[in-house]
Amino acid sequence: MSEAAPARFAPGQRVKVRRADVPGHLRTPWYIRGHVGTIERLCGAFANPEELAYNRPGRPAQPLYRVRFRQRDIWPDYHGTPQDTIEIEIYQHWLEPA
Amino acid sequence: MSSDTHAHHPHDHAHAHPHPTLPDEEERLTYHQTMEVALRELLIGKGIFTADELRRAIETMDARTPALGARIVARAWVDPAYKARLLADGAAAARELGIEMDATHLLVVENRPGLHNLVVCTLCSCYPRMVLGLPPDWYKSRAYRSRAVREPRAVLREFGTVLPDDVEVRVHDSTADMRYLVLPERPAGTEGWSEERLAALVTRDSMIGVTRPTLA
Amino acid sequence: MRGHHDMGGLPAGPVERKEHDPVLWEKRVDAIRALLAKRDLLRVDELRRNIEALPPDAYEAMTYYERWISAITSTLLQRGVITADELASKMAEVEARERSGS
Repeated sequence: MSEAAPARFAPGQRVKVRRADVPGHLRTPWYIRGHVGTIERLCGAFANPEELAYNRPGRPAQPLYRVRFRQRDIWPDYHGTPQDTIEIEIYQHWLEPA
Repeated sequence: MSSDTHAHHPHDHAHAHPHPTLPDEEERLTYHQTMEVALRELLIGKGIFTADELRRAIETMDARTPALGARIVARAWVDPAYKARLLADGAAAARELGIEMDATHLLVVENRPGLHNLVVCTLCSCYPRMVLGLPPDWYKSRAYRSRAVREPRAVLREFGTVLPDDVEVRVHDSTADMRYLVLPERPAGTEGWSEERLAALVTRDSMIGVTRPTLA
Repeated sequence: MRGHHDMGGLPAGPVERKEHDPVLWEKRVDAIRALLAKRDLLRVDELRRNIEALPPDAYEAMTYYERWISAITSTLLQRGVITADELASKMAEVEARERSGS
């Protein structure tokens, strides 16, 4: 059993989604890249889907977080209330400290 | 409270119910239907699986309906300790009720006064199939996948769900390994109801988050 | 570049509430996927990658299960579980059976 990469972030921590544009199979949606949110929880560590997509093991497992964002921070013309949020699962290698 | 504004028969029930099907598959095979037949015959020919295993796999899929999720919700409504376990580990709590979960990581998100949850998969169609069965076409549609994250309240209105401004709408984009089930609020006026009677109120759409259960 | 499948936040029309119960061939596609995954012959992320690689107009024109069967086939070809020649021959055989009405 291979080890997981160590978790770098903790719940409550502010993080920024990397504004990267790389080829292949990615699970970080375009709309969230470059935005800042708060770690809601560490979901665990999972094999990297970017590697699994090519039938590679995707090890070591990568920490996966749920990150909460305020909708009004994401969409310039958000038609909703200020407290509306969106939560997205994001792999650690897509996050950096905000 | 959400109002039923559908002009057509509402597709928000927990029990199996016939829906329109696509054109009769007994007509000429399309290109992709031909591909399916060919692939299936090749794979059976290579001994990768048998026709019997395929048939059983379909039966297993057919047995999964929103009634499973409705049982989970009803149990959580009557049993606070179960609800706490459900919120801590959704798959384990589902297994307590005899529901097969395989390797699913089920995250149950609770609606409360002041908080309404909505689930979408913008990238494909991730859905808690083990407790809800197969996702409806609209969940997999461009319109839902594009707009649920950007204008959830407008999408909710299209489903007849209007939420006041003091309620937080929280969208969950199912981008990775978690699968989401909304735990709707228990409707008022259901005190003393049996679990079975409560489960009948819990619709598939309320467990995705586009509607809320009503007594209607 | 933004993938064609990566549509969160893009403008779109009303959500069409239409639904259809999957027909038998669609359920078979789903079941084939499940059996192949169980036998470690396909990963869901390979499937997704192949769907994402479809040209945008194909993605839009194909139904959900058409995209799946296409992606399952691509994955198995990539993995070498089936060869292109086997698949083409078998598809031709199926078509011929269809035409002859057997």
